[in-house]
Amino acid sequence: MFEQFKADFTLNFIDNDRWLMLMRGLVATLQITSVALIIGVAIGVIVAAIRSTYDKNKDEYKRRGDATYYILGFFNLLCRIYLTVIRGTPTVVQLLIAYFIIFASSTNSLGVAMFAFGLNSGAYVAEIIRGGIMSIDAGQFEAGSSLGFHYVQTMRYVIVPQVIKNVLPALFNEFIVLIKETSVAGYIGIEDLTKMGDLIRSRTFSAFMPLLAVAGIYLILVMGLTALDDRLERRLRRNER
Amino acid sequence: MRDDNVVIKVEHLKKYYRDHTIHALDDVSVEIDRGEVICIIGPSGSGKSTLLRSLNLLEMPTDGHIYVDGIDITDPKTDINLHRQKMGMVFQHFNLFPNMSVIGNMTIAPEKVLKQPKNEVNDRAIKLLERVNLADRKDAYPDQLSGGQKQRIAIVRALMMNPEIMLFDEPTSALDPEMVGEVLDVMKDLAREGMTMAVVTHEMGFAREVADRIVFMDSGKILEIDTPKEIFENPKSDRLKDFLAKVL
Repeated sequence: MFEQFKADFTLNFIDNDRWLMLMRGLVATLQITSVALIIGVAIGVIVAAIRSTYDKNKDEYKRRGDATYYILGFFNLLCRIYLTVIRGTPTVVQLLIAYFIIFASSTNSLGVAMFAFGLNSGAYVAEIIRGGIMSIDAGQFEAGSSLGFHYVQTMRYVIVPQVIKNVLPALFNEFIVLIKETSVAGYIGIEDLTKMGDLIRSRTFSAFMPLLAVAGIYLILVMGLTALDDRLERRLRRNER
Repeated sequence: MRDDNVVIKVEHLKKYYRDHTIHALDDVSVEIDRGEVICIIGPSGSGKSTLLRSLNLLEMPTDGHIYVDGIDITDPKTDINLHRQKMGMVFQHFNLFPNMSVIGNMTIAPEKVLKQPKNEVNDRAIKLLERVNLADRKDAYPDQLSGGQKQRIAIVRALMMNPEIMLFDEPTSALDPEMVGEVLDVMKDLAREGMTMAVVTHEMGFAREVADRIVFMDSGKILEIDTPKEIFENPKSDRLKDFLAKVL
């Protein structure tokens, strides 16, 4: 039994340095995820800022007859279209559209994947952050206003610090989803972790080890993220009591 | 010449909600003199909080004008943030910032809005905290305070901006009964020092003792404005008689 295990292990990982394939796949997965995460957070923050600024201030801008009302309204509409389209279509389809239509002339599939996953994640991050802002008691905004803060000051000093703490669990949940969702990158020919595991399987005709190894690596990555989340949450809580 | 003494002048203020069937404020006019303490009483839903919040434009009136120091704050061109700096506001639910310590709550606005030097702001905060007997709690966070302590902090936080007028929106309604007194004491102190105050309250004892005039509201209208003596001893409208019979 042990001999069988050892033979399997050698075949799948040692022969032809196949473990290096997994490592290369891991690097690709991490590259896609980390860049997509940065793009996603950037888009998410901007979209959430536009959406909640519009929701909170549109009456005031309208009353003042401010042109800001129309400009912000236009961007708000763009954001809503973006959210509807991204959240209404499968990630794989978005990835394929990005690769075969939008960037049809590009051969940089890794870059396309970073862009596509980032754009996708941004929609979810935006709604998480917007939800966090909306969940803050209206009294906090009123207290800020009553002290003479303008909207941006209230957001910066009062609302955002509370939002960060509140959205951290949901945000990390999104990061976890993102890391696993990149496993469809193989659709556009990227040799990510999942693809590499599958490649090994197709060469060795032995599914058990490479696929479980791939699953195990994802699991470890996600556990690392969870641990980071726990530490951050504990640190932010310590500031409060 | 009397007008020189008027700090707030409310003219024909109206507030309708969406369908224009509910009149939160129905043609309200009132003047508040400098140094005057006005208590606004009335049944719930009478529009008293809406009136108070309108003075700070936390509620946007549908029609009418509010003049503060002669400036029409309902004019869209008025800088509302500048105006709000002159008006302290105390809320029913305190609305302290949970992400800041007591001292942080008090110093953030003078530092960031008025750009006053940190040291000076800090010293002033400590003095105010001593006045309300909470100097030892300066590094505590709002979650660690009792309701009465939170509301006293909310009052001194508003005072840090050196407001001309203080607005109180049911400041003791969310407090346990044994904590009402400590908050009212701070407010009495303020009144005695000559602060102009508008107070929405259910504390009839406080209104009677501290108010210069009492405004009685019902269904979005001011039904009576008079001295506490007249309001309590000689109520004219049936609505006020009815209301007093219920609360006294």
